Amino acid sequence: MMRSLKRVAPQLLTLVVLAALVSWFFPGFLRIELTDGRLVGPVIDILKRGAPVALLAVGMTLVVATGGIDLSVGTVMAITGAVAASALVSGWGVPVALVLAMGAGLAAGFWNGCLVSVLGIQPIVATLILMTAGRGIAQLITEGRILTFTDTGFGFLGSGSLMGIPVPTLLWVSTAVLVALLMRRTALGLLIEAVGVNRRASALAGVNARGLIIVVYMASGLCAALAGIIATADIRGADANNAGLWLELDAILAVVIGGNSLLGGRFSIAAAVLGAMIIQTINTGILLAGFPSEYNLVIKAVLVLAILMIQSPHLASEWALIRLQAERRRTVRGQEGTR
Amino acid sequence: MLLTIRSLTKSFPGTKALDGVNFDLVAGEVHALLGENGAGKSTLIKCLTGAYRRDAGEIRLDGRAISPGSTSEAQDLGIGTVYQEVNLLANLTVAQNLTFGREPRRFGLVDGRAQKRAAEEMLQGYGLNIDVGRDLGSYSVAIQQIIAIARAVEVSGKVLILDEPTASLDAAEVAMLFDVVRRLRDRGLGIVFVSHFLDQVFALCDRLTVLRNGQHVVTERTDGLDRLALIHHMLGRELEAVETQGHAEGAGVQKPEMLRFDGMGRAGVIEPFDLKVRRGEVIGFAGLLGSGRTESAELLFGLRRARTGSARDTDGPLTIDTPQAAIAAGFGFAPEDRKTEGIVADLSIRENIILALQARRGWARRLPRAEQDRLAAQYIESLDIRTSDAEKPIGELSGGNQQKVVLARWLAMNPRFLILDEPTRGIDVGAHAEILKLIGRLTEDGMSVLIISSELDELVVAADRIIVVRDRRHVRELTGADLTADTILAAIAADDSPDESSGKNPVAIAAADAPKTAKEVR
Ligand SMILES: Nc1ncnc2c1ncn2[C@@H]1O[C@H](COP(=O)(O)OP(=O)(O)OP(=O)(O)O)[C@@H](O)[C@H]1O
Ligand SMILES: [Mg+2]
Repeated sequence: MMRSLKRVAPQLLTLVVLAALVSWFFPGFLRIELTDGRLVGPVIDILKRGAPVALLAVGMTLVVATGGIDLSVGTVMAITGAVAASALVSGWGVPVALVLAMGAGLAAGFWNGCLVSVLGIQPIVATLILMTAGRGIAQLITEGRILTFTDTGFGFLGSGSLMGIPVPTLLWVSTAVLVALLMRRTALGLLIEAVGVNRRASALAGVNARGLIIVVYMASGLCAALAGIIATADIRGADANNAGLWLELDAILAVVIGGNSLLGGRFSIAAAVLGAMIIQTINTGILLAGFPSEYNLVIKAVLVLAILMIQSPHLASEWALIRLQAERRRTVRGQEGTR
Repeated sequence: MLLTIRSLTKSFPGTKALDGVNFDLVAGEVHALLGENGAGKSTLIKCLTGAYRRDAGEIRLDGRAISPGSTSEAQDLGIGTVYQEVNLLANLTVAQNLTFGREPRRFGLVDGRAQKRAAEEMLQGYGLNIDVGRDLGSYSVAIQQIIAIARAVEVSGKVLILDEPTASLDAAEVAMLFDVVRRLRDRGLGIVFVSHFLDQVFALCDRLTVLRNGQHVVTERTDGLDRLALIHHMLGRELEAVETQGHAEGAGVQKPEMLRFDGMGRAGVIEPFDLKVRRGEVIGFAGLLGSGRTESAELLFGLRRARTGSARDTDGPLTIDTPQAAIAAGFGFAPEDRKTEGIVADLSIRENIILALQARRGWARRLPRAEQDRLAAQYIESLDIRTSDAEKPIGELSGGNQQKVVLARWLAMNPRFLILDEPTRGIDVGAHAEILKLIGRLTEDGMSVLIISSELDELVVAADRIIVVRDRRHVRELTGADLTADTILAAIAADDSPDESSGKNPVAIAAADAPKTAKEVR
């Protein structure tokens, strides 16, 4: 417990600093009110809007832990959204729509996983295929239109709330907790990390590396499907061109801000979803602080750069050295003082 | 004095790897640096070459205080190093590796021809008949090691450091390397030589320095030094003798047969061979590097799929086409190349030890943490793995201790047939004896062991039966009175197939016969 807290300490600290920073410009930032049985306020808004990226980050963390990357998640959101919407428009009902959408996500992940682990294609290339081709598939499903529906049951997944908390928030939090528990209560986490650090040695020790790699891409596909469902439910329509656009990059960024190495190995899902919240806080914070919108991307880039620099392992060793030298100087001075 | 080190100190979290160490190197000497696994040898070297930053102490080269911040800086000062683990780039060609950072250029572009020529020149005198245009990774560890040495010699001018350079070389290659080292010494280089092979130390080195637990114990001239006294310096205690196992005539025959491999083979890798494994038996594979020893083992373990042949145990046929299938059949395999096939560097010692066990149980049945801790503690104790605790990443252990963890991973599986490829590479004299004893104990409990080793003495001590592999064929089986280093050597060197020209022989033999340039062969 203490160890996991220590692991996410940099991300928590970053969130606190960001919150303080935004409050400086927008004093009401931390205020939360209860209206019509729903919690409202900027923080709640962040927890809700950050849902798609947080969900993508959960799957992406697992993929990255094996030393891979999944560029197709944004596109998979569009595909699964389109699948769900067209199922609803065809009048098949919510359960069927959900099953079909999640099935589509799993299938997409299976495809990626096979390209990577069976055919041995570089992950970045393998998932690029679906990233580019997938929007076309989504357009075929929606027949080039924005497919809208009116099903309030499905819409509830995007804009409803339970016990005052937005449903998307509940969904990403419970997904993250479930997956994290699954990883650490079973041996999956260890085996994934082993494959990510040294696939050959792991395979030699009897780890089913090929199967595990397929599984993590399928998990990523499933997370993308959930994100796609939320995004579609929120706007009550599937937009093949814009749903999940560029979100794969935010997801990768969240994983990296979460301190997970892109080279694979040790991973933390908690840190990655905190990374997603950091990104969303920046996005929302910039708007709240009232900066002209043309500054948004620049400010975001500067903040992200600052966060990554503070976390950089190279800098960390420099810090340690500087501290050590300062300490030594102090002790030397102390000794001279006693003489 | 070429190089002087005074009160060098370096700590890692939980360990004081070096504690006020002094060390002197004179130009024109070969100076051995000795000590147990984890004594601090590699750390001393890394501080010297700028790979680590020292906490305190002074290093002087030619009387000038130096403080290299990186290995390239150290190279510019004239200190060249070959590390314990080959760290060249496997996916570049030999020529690219040799000339890395100093590629010959024409019109601003790398001149491939000149690069090859330069590389071939650098390798002259090492007697390697290899194609410098091929990827480094396609050559054995031994050849990679020699290439690393050639590169270090080329870039360094004053000091050459060799950290266990001979761990993966066979006798002919060692002799060849020693010639090179002596020549360099006579040219006036100061050479630091780290090794666990005391014979080699006595044969090659002028002086030696012993470290123990990060502290300097003694520096002495090698000639006149007693071997037992040296071991005492290293271990801080006497070495218990390993009694050789009884190789009484036919001792193995009484043991019941457990496994049987018929006609296992794969074209271009190893010719079909038969192998019977009896319960509680130790089989040795002897042969030069590249002779097909490791490849035979890989076939047995399903790491490479056999194209012909079958395996069976007393209950019936076995299908062994993947490591997983082999493990399910009760096999284990500790590979030769520890860094790329053995350790999972970022994971802890505990996780590395339980990895194979966990993989066999499947992902859903996690080994309880208490059980993991117990296993880790047990093997850290019984194999004397030097570490501050079981949660340390294995990559931070000294080389020999990493090897012990990989061994522990397989011992924890309690396999019935354990294949050990160079199990004692990089392991100190004390632990070496311990491991041979351990193998003896395991076989008493009924485990069968296959040892592949370049150390003939080790094979002779441990094995009941030795199979000699040459030119990708199993050529002889030695038992009983034939189990001596001399008969093995003779069998390895014998040339009983008249149609074979010596050019087809493995590199090392060709090298021992007469140094040829790579061109002649091609
Ligand atoms: N990067 C590191 N981080 C933490 N501890 C380390 C690191 N490198 C070495 N150590 C520790 O320092 C000690 C000395 O290690 P070193 O590699 O110098 O031993 P060695 O004498 O070279 O042993 P061997 O014969 O096994 O190669 C060991 O206890 C090791 O665990
Ligand atoms: Mg070492």
